[in-house]
Amino acid sequence: MKKARQPNSKTLQKALTGIQGLDEITGGGLPSGRPTLVSGGAGSGKTMFGLEFLVRGATQYGEHGVFMSFEETIPDLTKNAASLGFDLNELVADKKLFLDHVHISRSEIAETGEYDLDGLFIRIADAVQRVGAKRVVLDTIEALFAELPNPGILRAEIRRLFGWLKEKGLTTVITAERDRPDKLTRHGIEEFVSDCVILLDHRILEEISTRRLRIVKYRGSTHGTNEYPFLIDEQGISVLPISSLGLDHPAPAIRISTGIARLDGMLGGKGFYRGSSILLSGTSGAGKTSVAAHFVDAACRRGERCLYFAFEESPRQIVRNMRSIGIDLEPWVGKGLLQFQAARPTYGGIEQHLLVTHKCVSSFKPSVVVVDPITNLLMVSTLHEVRSMLTRMVDFLKTQQITAIFTSLTAGSGSLEASEADVSSLMDSWLQLKSIEVGGELNRALYVLKSRGMEHSNQIREFLLTNDGLRLLDVYLGPEGVLTGAARVSQEGREKAAGTFRRQQMEGRGRELDRKRQIFEARMVALRAEFEVEEETIQQSISESKLLDEELLQDRGQMVRSREADASAYTKEGSAPVARRR
Amino acid sequence: MKKPRKHPATFVLRLYISDSTVKSERAVVNLKRVCEEHLNGRYHLEVIDIHKQANLARDEQIVAVPTLIKQLPLPLRRLVGDMSDLNKVLFGLDLRMQEQ
Repeated sequence: MKKARQPNSKTLQKALTGIQGLDEITGGGLPSGRPTLVSGGAGSGKTMFGLEFLVRGATQYGEHGVFMSFEETIPDLTKNAASLGFDLNELVADKKLFLDHVHISRSEIAETGEYDLDGLFIRIADAVQRVGAKRVVLDTIEALFAELPNPGILRAEIRRLFGWLKEKGLTTVITAERDRPDKLTRHGIEEFVSDCVILLDHRILEEISTRRLRIVKYRGSTHGTNEYPFLIDEQGISVLPISSLGLDHPAPAIRISTGIARLDGMLGGKGFYRGSSILLSGTSGAGKTSVAAHFVDAACRRGERCLYFAFEESPRQIVRNMRSIGIDLEPWVGKGLLQFQAARPTYGGIEQHLLVTHKCVSSFKPSVVVVDPITNLLMVSTLHEVRSMLTRMVDFLKTQQITAIFTSLTAGSGSLEASEADVSSLMDSWLQLKSIEVGGELNRALYVLKSRGMEHSNQIREFLLTNDGLRLLDVYLGPEGVLTGAARVSQEGREKAAGTFRRQQMEGRGRELDRKRQIFEARMVALRAEFEVEEETIQQSISESKLLDEELLQDRGQMVRSREADASAYTKEGSAPVARRR
Repeated sequence: MKKPRKHPATFVLRLYISDSTVKSERAVVNLKRVCEEHLNGRYHLEVIDIHKQANLARDEQIVAVPTLIKQLPLPLRRLVGDMSDLNKVLFGLDLRMQEQ
């Protein structure tokens, strides 16, 4: 038969795989009606890939499928599929799926001349016809090389088979074992598949297993070229696109309380934005979990769901410890508002954590997510990977409008860890918790390093973990810096003493003033008395002289009359000189 | 040519072919000749065309065509190919002790 290639300038039709994330990075699935090679080492998930491709096709896209198994028997296959939550028996009974196990024992076989694979062709054709299949999986056809003689004939026949499948317009997944890094398949069958090649990889790095998927080629289509982590669990395969979604998530203006009134006060009086991401960093024992627990408690009180990823403590331990500061999380767990997801970070690779997060978030639909602490993820991965994971996680949570709190452990006191500085740019708010050492004791302090889009306090606040929660205090700023704990108490004492002294001084001055006022008033009374006496005498003398004046005038009149002069003329002449004289 | 056993067993043979391809036809011709020459009446040969009987192909695990299955005498043997290599056919049918 001719080479399996048909130049086609039309836009490529794609068949959705239904595998979570894969359709995103392939831009709509595998090339429809063409073969795709899925290659990978032992245990890399090739069979699961093929199974899920068929099952999703049959259940979600109405495309029935045929599974030709060259390795596993049908009971084994059914059992394995059940571990992914797929009921193959039911699909087979519904005529949506056809399973065929191809097996020949090499020991029975002798070659007596030329042969072809018509037996296989007939079986596939019959199966396809029986269920009306659009999809075929050949898992792993290269097994035939171990069973049939004459590899030359076999290669030619396999090439013919691929061409035939393409001719029939069947979307085919061909799995192949990759045993050497420089080759995709053991027997070089990749050269017959020119449309799409996907590589699965399962590697162990520092004792932690990670699965990765890469699209080696995809003719006629753009595709993501990165290595994408993926996971196989009870719900099948999930592939995680690394660069997700862009930056178009909504930005709600709703504010939610932190559960600590004075902390809300530091954040413009209203708390965090809903859907924002918050970094809580601090040294060990600085109270990160306690602050997070307050937030969780507040959210649950509002009737919101919370998802708590605990990478350090077990849920029970967290519940117990938080009870000691008066936060009882247990009822929330009981009511189904709070769900813990606890696991040691070393339990899986970084992408596994991300996938678990995705799954839990998708199924639990929380409003608040706490990851405590992200720094533990560094144990299983590099800073670069953690950052990339957090980027995806933050983006994912933001699109769901979930408020996320990430705690981060700072190793030393004071200077920021590189990881923190690196991760912080992803975060909307950053609270730094610090242990401050003064006078032989460690005290806790908190400040808001940043909080995008809201006014926030620039103050460092000391806080206490009391029997009923976290209490923020004012911090005393002394000449040597922030005063906390005993130093603060003694400073308070000193200030009180100084205050008393000042008050006493003030009272003393007040009394002196009183005294002076009294003296002044007494003097005023005396002066007034003196003045009154003087006034009386002066008044007296004035009235006396007035009287004297009148008498004088009368006397003068009498004198004139008595001299009997010309009264009118006299008066004229007489009065004038008097006036002049005066 | 080999000495038949004292109580020569009857051979039960099934030849699976597909349609009437050249290879299949050749296999039928070749096999019949072998049987005539070496089994001389002590055989029962059934030629099965799987073209319309895919279930048979499945049940007997036929992948390559033509395939000859020697059901009896035991052990069961499968011979693949157009039966043009006489030595291999005889060896495969236990009619010859070693390949020449």
